Amino acid sequence: MSDDPKPVQLPAFESPVCPVPLPHNEQIVLGHGSGGKMTHDLIRQIFLAAFDNPVLRAGDDAASLEIAEGCLAISTDSHVVSPLFFPGGDIGRLAVCGTVNDVAMLGARPLYLTASFILEEGLPLSTLERVVASMKAAAEEAGVQIVAGDTKVVEKGKADGMYITTTGVGLRRPGRLIGGAQARPGDVVVLSGPIGDHGIAVLSARGELGFETDLQSDVAPLNRLIQVMLDAAPDLHVLRDPTRGGLATTLNEIARQSGCGLVIHEAAIPIRPAVLAACEMLGFDPLYVANEGKVVAIVPADEADALLEAMRRTRYGEEATLIGQVTADPPGRVLLRTAIGATRILDMLAGEMLPRIC
Amino acid sequence: MKYVTEYRDAALVQGVMERIRRLVTRPWVIMEICGGQTHSIVRYGLDQMLPPEIELVHGPGCPVCVTPLELIDKALAIASRPEVIFCSYGDMLRVPGSGRDLFSVKAAGGQVRVVYSPLDAVEIARQNPEKQVVFFAIGFETTAPPNVMSVLAARRLGLKNYSILVSHVRVPPAMEAILSAPANRVQGFLLAGHVCTVMGYWEYLPLAEKYRVPMTVTGFEPLDLAQGLWHTICMLEEGRVAVENAYARSVTLEGNRAAQETIRQVFEECDRTWRGIGVIPMSGWWLRPEFAEFDAEKRFDVEAIRPQESPICIAGQILQGQKKPRDCLAFGKECTPEHPLGATMVSSEGACAAYYRYGR
Amino acid sequence: MCLGVPGKIIEKYERNGMPMAKVDFGGVVRETCLAYVPEAQVGDYCIVHVGFALNLVSEQEAQETLALLRQIADLESELGPPPG
Repeated sequence: MSDDPKPVQLPAFESPVCPVPLPHNEQIVLGHGSGGKMTHDLIRQIFLAAFDNPVLRAGDDAASLEIAEGCLAISTDSHVVSPLFFPGGDIGRLAVCGTVNDVAMLGARPLYLTASFILEEGLPLSTLERVVASMKAAAEEAGVQIVAGDTKVVEKGKADGMYITTTGVGLRRPGRLIGGAQARPGDVVVLSGPIGDHGIAVLSARGELGFETDLQSDVAPLNRLIQVMLDAAPDLHVLRDPTRGGLATTLNEIARQSGCGLVIHEAAIPIRPAVLAACEMLGFDPLYVANEGKVVAIVPADEADALLEAMRRTRYGEEATLIGQVTADPPGRVLLRTAIGATRILDMLAGEMLPRIC
Repeated sequence: MKYVTEYRDAALVQGVMERIRRLVTRPWVIMEICGGQTHSIVRYGLDQMLPPEIELVHGPGCPVCVTPLELIDKALAIASRPEVIFCSYGDMLRVPGSGRDLFSVKAAGGQVRVVYSPLDAVEIARQNPEKQVVFFAIGFETTAPPNVMSVLAARRLGLKNYSILVSHVRVPPAMEAILSAPANRVQGFLLAGHVCTVMGYWEYLPLAEKYRVPMTVTGFEPLDLAQGLWHTICMLEEGRVAVENAYARSVTLEGNRAAQETIRQVFEECDRTWRGIGVIPMSGWWLRPEFAEFDAEKRFDVEAIRPQESPICIAGQILQGQKKPRDCLAFGKECTPEHPLGATMVSSEGACAAYYRYGR
Repeated sequence: MCLGVPGKIIEKYERNGMPMAKVDFGGVVRETCLAYVPEAQVGDYCIVHVGFALNLVSEQEAQETLALLRQIADLESELGPPPG
């Protein structure tokens, strides 16, 4: 059946009922979430066709996975984005990369994902197919399999097209502790590339604020980069992806978890000119704008050179750079050496970021 | 970015600040009137590069923070109506009224939209003829030309479903209120560069003369601010009173005449309440009678909403540098960033909010 | 109080009887109303606040200011290195 994927051609009706349901080859209707034949056809012809693997094909209530010895790393994340497609990515790529990256930030090797879809009645099937194809591509790039899933359909107006929740499972080498609490005075802070691309690209694609830019979202699976980093810096202490809340919020989380101070050099933080310009226009601080393909690493100073060199040889780490140091003081705080050489406290994002006039 | 990047040159800023350190012989209190300048000063940490003799007082120049409780409550009442699409600049959404903000109105089903420009609100009105579109027209002189142009555009398009809720304030009367207070400590001013871009700086010449206070028209980048401080401190040290222009790439003495005329065509002066400060005579603008049809207060019958500002809040004295946040009985008790009473707690750069956040 | 950003006018046109322009802020383009700077030409820089050009930036004044600032900041030639 699904060994031979064909273009989607959903059957005309579910079962001998009267009246015979109309064919719904073009858009999601409530019947696709009924659990009946329409649901099965949707799963077979769209999801299974794209994500095909033996575990998924077994079609049981749960996926059964054989794993080597080690520690499991599990993360789950719901993905909600408007618009569903934006320059550089879409909700499908985001749903795969977001969870793959969260698992990888523990130093784990992501292996499997589950994907749960909430679909809005009326969603064009072609949209769903595009998103699923994008998930397939992202999963292949990351080297993970999608082994279980679920689909529900809600009435028109009750969801923003679609929401996707993914859960990721990975294996972690035992004994190696990586996490926010591991930062130590004397460590240095490394950033994998320019910040703010995702947040500004999505905001621009939304069109509400009427500005145009050719910026692309940075959404990407970082697990291969992370493996390179783990090999290059055997004593790496912290990995964290600065997503919502931006770089400043991530740095604050690390400072709080570790009880250390972080001193960050504003002038060293790479920011693309278009991100800077959009932020100037809207009164945003790029340090608080979301990323989906960046990682902050904290390593002992003597491993920094090897780490940077290894990162810069990878696709998603080409622009990796050192942005600061870990200190004993002030405990739990982030200090920013500003572009003009003064020092101030860099706080977490408070509330939602809104365009300012003032 | 041209005209931005050059004015963030660290070496030049440090050079000018070093020059200021060598120049200063005694303490001076200088107010930057504009909230945007406060933002830049805090963001770049410019205040920490100043010699201890120079005390910067953050002025009442944030239109979001000084918008009185009464107008916020009116906005909340209008935005809650089912037939209304309420459009606002983003930073207005989290300013609390009596117990709620526009975010909570939105969460309760109200149609609240963030717009970048008032012309975007006019466009929303054009596209939604069955809805009433109300724009929250807040601002100082800088924002007045855009806001009045939206009214003229709506009139030209024959839109019957567009109106504005006006909360417009002006800088010179606020400065006069500060300078004429018996306990005033402010000895020099950085004038707001974009207000002066529109209005010019001729209005400030008599004010500087009358109160013998030097003033400098100042921009917003770190180097602009350093230059504004340099000019002001030079005048203070020399005992000279004048209004100097340190933002000449943008500001002329007479300002933008076309913009000033259009403001006068649509707005007239009125008394305004400033949040946490009180009424300042003739410190604001509202719609002229011939534009009354665009007045949201009249259209939606909210003129009776008159909440009381907190009697304990001393934001006015804090803004004038006369008192510190800890002198206030409500500080950290009734008044917190989540439940602010006055302007200085509403704004994230306000003195009270900063004291609260950093435990200063 | 008032966020104003300098940008370059790259295209002029009219919409609903109003003079408008596309203004480039260095990789970000936004529609801007030119009603208050009718003399503006393509290539000019203007300060934009909430979608309106408030003035045209004076290149000559900008250069003079920077020259003056360099003079103010140039301590070594005049006063020698900072003490301490």
